[in-house]
Amino acid sequence: MSSQSGVDAAVGARHRADGRRLSTGRAGDRIFAGAARGSGILVLAIMAAIAVFLVWKAIPALQDNKANFLTSQDWNPNATPAKFGIAQLAFGTVVSSALALIIATPVAIGIALFIAFYSPRKIASGLGYVVDLLAAVPSIVYGLWGLLVLAPNMEGISKALNTALGWIPFFGGDSPGKNSIFTASVVLAIMILPIISSISREVFLQVPRAHVEAALALGATRWEMIRLSVLPYGRSGVIGASMLGLGRAMGETIAVAMVLTFAPGVNVHILEDGGNTFAANIAKSFGEATVTGRGALIASGLVLFVITLVVNMAARAVVARRKEFV
Amino acid sequence: MAKRIEVSGLHAYYGGTHAIEDISMTVEPRSVTAFIGPSGCGKSTFLRTLNRMHEVIPGARVEGKVMLDDEDLYGPSVDPVAVRRTVGMVFQRPNPFPTMSIYDNVAAGLKLNGVRRKSQLDEIVEGSLKGANLWEEVKDRLGKPGAGLSGGQQQRLCIARAIAVQPQVLLMDEPCSALDPISTLAIEDLIAKLKDQYTIVIVTHNMQQAARVSDRTAFFNIAGTGKPGKLIEIDDTSKIFTNPEQKATEDYITGRFG
Amino acid sequence: MSSPSTSLGSVSAGRKIKDRLVQGLVYLAFALAVIPLVSLLWTVVKHGAKRFDADFFNRSMNGLAGKDAGGGAYHAIIGTLEQVLITSLVAVPIALLAAVYLVEYGGRSRLAKVVSFFVDVMTGIPSIVAGLFVLALWLLTLKMGFSGFAGALSLAILMIPTVIRSAEEMLKLVPNDLREASFALGVPRWRTICFVVLPTALPGIITGVMLAVARVMGETAPLLLTIFITKAINTDPFTGPQGSLPTFIWDQAADPNTNAVDRAWTGALVLILIIMLFNLVARLVARAYKPTGR
Repeated sequence: MSSQSGVDAAVGARHRADGRRLSTGRAGDRIFAGAARGSGILVLAIMAAIAVFLVWKAIPALQDNKANFLTSQDWNPNATPAKFGIAQLAFGTVVSSALALIIATPVAIGIALFIAFYSPRKIASGLGYVVDLLAAVPSIVYGLWGLLVLAPNMEGISKALNTALGWIPFFGGDSPGKNSIFTASVVLAIMILPIISSISREVFLQVPRAHVEAALALGATRWEMIRLSVLPYGRSGVIGASMLGLGRAMGETIAVAMVLTFAPGVNVHILEDGGNTFAANIAKSFGEATVTGRGALIASGLVLFVITLVVNMAARAVVARRKEFV
Repeated sequence: MAKRIEVSGLHAYYGGTHAIEDISMTVEPRSVTAFIGPSGCGKSTFLRTLNRMHEVIPGARVEGKVMLDDEDLYGPSVDPVAVRRTVGMVFQRPNPFPTMSIYDNVAAGLKLNGVRRKSQLDEIVEGSLKGANLWEEVKDRLGKPGAGLSGGQQQRLCIARAIAVQPQVLLMDEPCSALDPISTLAIEDLIAKLKDQYTIVIVTHNMQQAARVSDRTAFFNIAGTGKPGKLIEIDDTSKIFTNPEQKATEDYITGRFG
Repeated sequence: MSSPSTSLGSVSAGRKIKDRLVQGLVYLAFALAVIPLVSLLWTVVKHGAKRFDADFFNRSMNGLAGKDAGGGAYHAIIGTLEQVLITSLVAVPIALLAAVYLVEYGGRSRLAKVVSFFVDVMTGIPSIVAGLFVLALWLLTLKMGFSGFAGALSLAILMIPTVIRSAEEMLKLVPNDLREASFALGVPRWRTICFVVLPTALPGIITGVMLAVARVMGETAPLLLTIFITKAINTDPFTGPQGSLPTFIWDQAADPNTNAVDRAWTGALVLILIIMLFNLVARLVARAYKPTGR
């Protein structure tokens, strides 16, 4: 069929169809398009509703609060008068996820490089799948494993770190333990490894062959090729990936809640037992929360929501800018 | 510092595919040797075996001998990394490092080899850019990204980058195929100048170019799709283009096929 | 200038060592990822096997304390399956339609860009926040009680963006020729999408949905706030607290008695097995239909 007659046939067919059931076609189109568009808008509505309802239900509790919400280290919303503040939660969240990021990023880059450039081609995708398995394990299982397997093994490491690096305030303190922010960070690091490494791996595999060969033809070793061609090309992708990992670590609830034991107040000695995060605190305190207690938890969840929103948006912006650049 | 290349009994494979078969030839120092032939005849593959770039493709391997003066490039104790420093390469499409400045592009290979002193780097970068006929055009913007240059300038930048490490041999894989005629002319002039110092091998699709720039010409061909590429003959360029030994060469030169 | 290299065999020792060192570090990084994975799977299987018996799948924890032997996760398995089913029924249609909007209707419109951006942002919502939202809306504002359905709502919020993203990718893979061929026959756009585009992309969409189901199935945090905790069998997902495997593990692990901890491990084993099953089937579907996709 020539293109000319094809167009004619198309036009003819459309005319016939329109003539036959013009209304059904049009109405069906309008309904379906409306439903599709409506679902798109629903996504926006859900996001807006999350913000609105969290604010709305947080306000009464915040009004009852007799302590400074931002600076107080106590969390006693069930007492009368209610006194609660997020200082300890914010400290624990930021420190544990930042530390997780510091531990996970270099390892994740190493894994990505291993799969993209070092492992034998034939098994590379299989190895990638092995790392992705880490992402398929639910956080409750990480929590169980972290609490019963990892934590007991962390005690020795914590003591050693305390002895060697105790002069750094973070690693200081008199009683390094196993249910510490440090242990939580290690669990978080393992959990965010697959996200960072899989995005980095994809970015590395997109490095144009021409750049790789340019470096090799100059007489670069494999590492020098990576340094000259791969890392500059993949840098912003890796940064975006790490930030997504950071967002995930900040919001992680159950694994952290299971690993950490409760101790009140901000403790900069992250090797010592205790500490709390926004998410873990919600999971742990919800069972015995009163009305005000629930409102207080919602208020703290709102703060977490805003923080992760900012981190995720920034991460997306970095990744998106990279797309334009390439 | 140019060296003679002597190839004997060379086969190259991609996985199970036999890409080129039993090639033997001599490439004279301080001369330009052109490889011509129809698409898929293995001339680029053969070129890439001369600096061991063929084997960076997964599953690719090489059999045979490539002697650079008296050393076998495929000898057991030879490091491919050292081979590639000694035998430089320019690619079909200009491929400067996109995140690096013009200066850093030229200096990249030197820095790998441990040249750190600023004054020495400056000297070699200037010399290489002059050698690549690019100095006058870029001397005021050495800190600017190499990707900002025109295609022809980028290709000369890549040549400057390749000669900065002072190779013995310079391989060029269709270096003008992505360039406009004026840039092509600039590269051809450059090749004529560089052959005083280097052994140059150039793959080209363009027979006029082969006739213009080369001293010797090698003609490659395949018996059919899926068959390995072969060297049909190699001789002085004037002879190949006027009175070749082989019928197939004459057919190709006169445009009867290919 | 630098010595004209007469011997090819030499690359400076420093460079070689650095290259080897990096290679070693890269291998080490991979090992560092594999060690926890192996340790985790091994301990889950080892400890989980102890209570991997008929009782575990037939009994609930009704009337049993943590220190008691026996008991099982029947109530939790039922709960998880019901919740995940409802989650899918809620999330998949919305997500599919939204993906259709983004690929087929949105084009480069402003709304489509905004939706696409917020889908990305939504994938980053912490699961506990999804739970808090359902708590604030469903339980505190609408005064509904804890139920499996409330849990499913919170899981749906987590599932929607993942399904949108994967469905979007699959719809984009459908060649434009197919759409044009259908339009050319005078088929209305919505019928083209429903009967030509979606069926072509279906295997990929199913894979995406199954992976998303496997994903939300392991979520614990939002369920704690929405289905609460119960030891009894509750097959009605719309009224009263319901069990689920993740909250079962959470509950049992919080009890220091070995019997409870053993049940927690077996719960973890069962959860991982179900999730792996979903992953496996999803990949098999993807593989089985790959050739026709091309």
